Amino acid sequence: MNAPLKPNSFRSGPDENGRFGIYGGRFVAETLMPNILELERAYREARNDPAYVAEMASHRTHYIGRPSPLYFAERLTEHFGGAKIYLKREELNHTGSHKVNNVLGQILLARRMGKKRIIAETGAGQHGVATATLCARFGLECIVYMGAVDVARQAPNVFRMKMLGATVVPVQSGAKTLKDAMNEALRDWVTNVETTFYCIGTVAGPHPYPAMVRDFQSVIGEETRQQMQEAEGRLPDSLIACVGGGSNAIGLFHPFLDDPSVEIYGVEAAGHGLDKLHAASISGGKPGVLHGNRTYLLMDEDGQIQEGHSISAGLDYPGIGPEHSWLNDIGRVTYLSATDDEALEAFQLMSKVEGIIPALECAHAMAKVAELAPTKPKDHLMVVNLSGRGDKDVPQVAEMLGTKL
Amino acid sequence: MTTRLDTRFADLAREGRAGLVTYVMAGDPDRETARAILKALPGAGADVIEFGMPFTDPMADGPSIQAAGLRSLAGGQTLKKTLEDIAWFREGDAATPIVLMGYFNPIYIYGVERFLADAKAAGIDGLIVVDLPPEEDSELCIPALKAGLNFIRLATPTTDDRRLPTVLGNTSGFVYYVSITGITGAATPDFGKTAEAVARIKRHTDLPVAVGFGVKNADHASAVARGADAVVVGSALVEALKGSLDAEGKATAGTVGAVTGLVGSLASGVRHARKAAE
Ligand SMILES: Cc1ncc(COP(=O)(O)O)c(C=O)c1O
Repeated sequence: MNAPLKPNSFRSGPDENGRFGIYGGRFVAETLMPNILELERAYREARNDPAYVAEMASHRTHYIGRPSPLYFAERLTEHFGGAKIYLKREELNHTGSHKVNNVLGQILLARRMGKKRIIAETGAGQHGVATATLCARFGLECIVYMGAVDVARQAPNVFRMKMLGATVVPVQSGAKTLKDAMNEALRDWVTNVETTFYCIGTVAGPHPYPAMVRDFQSVIGEETRQQMQEAEGRLPDSLIACVGGGSNAIGLFHPFLDDPSVEIYGVEAAGHGLDKLHAASISGGKPGVLHGNRTYLLMDEDGQIQEGHSISAGLDYPGIGPEHSWLNDIGRVTYLSATDDEALEAFQLMSKVEGIIPALECAHAMAKVAELAPTKPKDHLMVVNLSGRGDKDVPQVAEMLGTKL
Repeated sequence: MTTRLDTRFADLAREGRAGLVTYVMAGDPDRETARAILKALPGAGADVIEFGMPFTDPMADGPSIQAAGLRSLAGGQTLKKTLEDIAWFREGDAATPIVLMGYFNPIYIYGVERFLADAKAAGIDGLIVVDLPPEEDSELCIPALKAGLNFIRLATPTTDDRRLPTVLGNTSGFVYYVSITGITGAATPDFGKTAEAVARIKRHTDLPVAVGFGVKNADHASAVARGADAVVVGSALVEALKGSLDAEGKATAGTVGAVTGLVGSLASGVRHARKAAE
């Protein structure tokens, strides 16, 4: 993890300063630095400790329900008439999304470090639910910061977290959404740094979080590699995943970055359109510094951070993980974007054609599959990360489609 | 090179008293009023001025300063205007050191080299950038030192003796000791512990040590001033300003006085501290 980037590998970052090229770093208040250095040390030790690795493997199997299937989507393939489409079924994980992969790793690490108080930020509530779940499982105190606007929008997930024993703190500052929840979690951490472990929900934040969360999510791509070998006897030709902060995407991509034959696509949320309100940090932002790292951000010309907009509350973060910023600049991954309308259409298509109601987040990836798949030959193997299930989005979609539940 | 901060702290040492460092936010609640406050601060008893650069996401600040930043931004304050405000202040005051305090992104977007040149030209003496720890010194700290500006680093209760040399390494002007692990405007610190911490830092450096976070009134200021070279007050001043606003959040005839009144009382607390201790 701490070796300098090797010239022939896209997988050896970050460097010892936590950088992927110019991105990443540790832009935090001094109060947090000793803790962040301690976390980095603790994680380095843990990942080399067979006991930690075995504990994680066991919980992946028996608690999360891994490996998740790599499912050949026959009807979707027929529908588009091009690439052979496989779905990596992260929505079948316990708690309904990929978020739990990361939380498991971090909670086991918190236990090793002797921290009994866990804080997290959440937007839609998926990461909050995953954190509350594992805190319940291991008997840890759990405090989840959530923008007051999101608390109102995502009532079922708020209730779920409370049932799991977590304290949900509605954040009243700023625009009262995910960005502000992250600020508030950082403030809590600054205040309670000795006792508290901050469980970040995506591949963002100060080093070592982007690398650590990526490592935990890489189980997605590692399984996909093996499962595709078993199914087709070779590597996939393309990978595609939605990008909020980018954790499900990097989890799928990372094990394939050094395979030049594999095309890789990340899909950001274009909201109402890239020239209007959106949450596409790469397609519509520029590099800046926020929440402990340098990365593409949505901001005005004076460096003030702007709110992201997406129909998907899991994608409306105004930043993106630093490794994605780097992969974009060096051209290894192509970042596309899908609008609210395109995602909503893909959401319905997927439900009707495959009998799988996807999360609105991954409906963004599906929307670009609809564009890319028909242009590919029939022997092209395309893997889509189905990062979460859409149960949480049913009320919102019903409303948008004008149906009263 | 002797800077305005060096000169001011040398003067304070000669007078045998601690200094008062006051923090106010640029553009809060509007540019005119913020300028009037800035201009009035030295007369009211401020020895060093920290001028806040507003930022949308001030992760180490509490509700008062967050709200002040948003008021300022809503009024159209920009980094360029903040620099102009200081240049304007300098026309009437060549002696009072001014330190800009804020977060890195607006500076990064302005462009580091251009910012340093403009800051120097405006008469700024030092920078405090909360989200730039020593690990990120190459971003702004080293270029700032080269440009002849002081770079003031925060030391905190979590900065142990092993780490202190790293934190103090490229620090100049003064060291800002954050008296609590927490955000601005939070709990009142244990002033006994604060004095111990100042003594600990002084074993590592000859720089003056200023103590801030949680200082709310003249008594607190006096308690801190017994052991520290300066006392920093921010949230309490921002709160005093807020308390003077009308129902719409606009400045009133009492706004400047609300801030300078508290500064005056803090300054007398600071000035009498050592006498009281004798
Ligand atoms: C199902 C699902 N997919 C994707 C995301 C976006 O996060 P990331 O880009 O880190 O995978 C979220 C976030 O809440 C989510 O719930």
